[in-house]
Amino acid sequence: MPVKTYRDALRDAMAEEMRRDESVVLLGEDIGVYGGTHLVTNNLIDEFGPTRVIDTPIAENGFTGAAIGMAMGGMRPIVEMMTWNFSFLAADQIIQNAAKLRYFSGGQVSVPLVIRGPNGGGVQLSAQHTHSLEGFYGHFPGLTVVSPVTPHDAKGMMLTAIREPDPVIFLEAGALYGTKGEVEDGDYTVPFGKARIAREGTDVSLISYGRQVPMLLRVAETLEGEGIDAEVIDLRSIRPFDSETIVNSVKKTNRAVVVQEQWRWFSVASEVAAILQEQAFDYLDAPVERVSGAEVPAPYARNLELAAFPNEQQIAEAVHRVLYRKDN
Amino acid sequence: MATTQNEGKKRRTATTPAKRGATAERQDHQQLDPQKLLDFYRKMVEIRLFEDAAQKGFRTGKIGGYLHVYSGQEAVATGFLDAYEPGDRIITAYRDHAHALLLGSTPNEVMAELYGKGTGLVKGKGGSMHLFDVKNGFWGGYGIVGGHIPLGVGMAYSLRYLKTDGIVQLYLGDGAIHNGAFHEAANLAGLWGRDGLNPTLFILENNQYGMGTSVERATAQTDLGAKFDSYGIEHEKVDGMDLDAVLEVAHRAAKRVRESGKPYAVEALTYRLVPHGAADFLEKYRTKEEVREWKQRDPIALVEHELLESGEISEEQISQIRDENKKLIDEAVKFAEESPEPDLSELKTDVYATAV
Repeated sequence: MPVKTYRDALRDAMAEEMRRDESVVLLGEDIGVYGGTHLVTNNLIDEFGPTRVIDTPIAENGFTGAAIGMAMGGMRPIVEMMTWNFSFLAADQIIQNAAKLRYFSGGQVSVPLVIRGPNGGGVQLSAQHTHSLEGFYGHFPGLTVVSPVTPHDAKGMMLTAIREPDPVIFLEAGALYGTKGEVEDGDYTVPFGKARIAREGTDVSLISYGRQVPMLLRVAETLEGEGIDAEVIDLRSIRPFDSETIVNSVKKTNRAVVVQEQWRWFSVASEVAAILQEQAFDYLDAPVERVSGAEVPAPYARNLELAAFPNEQQIAEAVHRVLYRKDN
Repeated sequence: MATTQNEGKKRRTATTPAKRGATAERQDHQQLDPQKLLDFYRKMVEIRLFEDAAQKGFRTGKIGGYLHVYSGQEAVATGFLDAYEPGDRIITAYRDHAHALLLGSTPNEVMAELYGKGTGLVKGKGGSMHLFDVKNGFWGGYGIVGGHIPLGVGMAYSLRYLKTDGIVQLYLGDGAIHNGAFHEAANLAGLWGRDGLNPTLFILENNQYGMGTSVERATAQTDLGAKFDSYGIEHEKVDGMDLDAVLEVAHRAAKRVRESGKPYAVEALTYRLVPHGAADFLEKYRTKEEVREWKQRDPIALVEHELLESGEISEEQISQIRDENKKLIDEAVKFAEESPEPDLSELKTDVYATAV
């Protein structure tokens, strides 16, 4: 199977679907002539032209709202948020229009729209350019919120997203754009609402999504050296949510550590912990641990930034706690 | 503000003062075919009586939420929607009852929506602020001031991208023009219009107040049409109380937008003859004298006067039209009152295309 980067897998998905379906267009800041800040849309304007790869002014509310209007008009627009941090300027459009139009129109209106871009931090962009918004967008009924980790999933989930009849918040792991993996050629889709078991294990369930998943796989290898067999689950999809996979995993391992870069209060990890106590209470041998970002705006200095996000040591310590083991 | 007058009182306030000021104002306009004018008159009376009944329903607790009625502004939507062609898309904010009725939604289904009934236009899920009737070209019905404007501009792009000759009639109030969403969307409309990809007809319904804040208290640039200059969108003004004038500009502007694929804007000067919302009891922001003055130019009274002057219609026929409409609206209220509430199974439908 061909090996591709996460970035190229995303671009392939969009380009292939644009060849198949003329109603698919791209909008965003500097996605055309410039090539895209993260090069995800690089060269697409050459093939599809400026009416399908639409460079917009720096006005997120306006172009996101216009994309919703295009979707209402029978097109399938894909909006690039240069980073999700800028989506707050478009939040009124996303939450008040895209998420609710089907409902408050009594089912008369569909909004087949994808909004995609890099989510999360880790490259010293400091407070205003560092957010993990899966919990924020996951809060709103009417939105679908997904976060692929592997290049394979990036392509298959993007194709699913473009074909959805409802708005999809597509949170790319910006830190993973350059990572490589096997990607099938041609048309395939990865369904939403189905988690991926990234590593099978029997002693503890490590649950996450996005750029934390590769870290969890490294932690699992370290733990293996201690005789701990960890299962790693990549949620893939925040809304709809696959409770079944995490509950079945915990029925097997009896212990869970949930890891996220975002702040803990009112977060995805909190929801996962609640689901596990509701649906796997009798199987839990320890309280569910949550390892999250520090409750501070993201700092700039490298050492402070590293301290603000979950690290391998914190995760290993949490595993030791749920296994009632002393740290090494 | 008396807004629940009985029929007799209503007729006096609507007709008598207009007879004084109307003729001089209107002499430049080409006269419409009286039969056509009569149809417009009938529809405008229907809208006014519908809104009176809605206010009554709100004040007696049968209609919940917010209620924003259109009384006084009827000539604007009546005139512009006469230029509607199948395939066009109409979008407005929350003062949306008239637009739905003019596009063909029945008083029964609109009133039932206000009453929160399952027979309502959007199944009781949206209420007064979210009327939609997509089969008739009505794309809502939005509650956040300015928030619908980018949607209209995006729909206009899709109409040309998908190679139709439809246009978008995008209604906004004077209050919305200060919102960032307007400026961002107008900029895109102008930009995309350069390539013929934005057939948006902006209809700025300047009723002088954004809720209770007058234009003068909201902006230093009180010539609101000038806001469109920044985005390369040509514009003009029209007397929004004068149906003939609105009709003339509506057809001309719609044709221009349809043929060019470029946006165009019309500022219609109009006035709410009623409070902002049905819960706007004090109206401290405007004087009774001002309201009285504008009532001299009640758009329905002006049409009524024109009809009587033309000799094509008698006072008796006018009464008859009012009685017929009264009956239509009474029936709508009865239908709404007697309709069942939405089935509880509807609570969780229409969140996604497929039930979760």
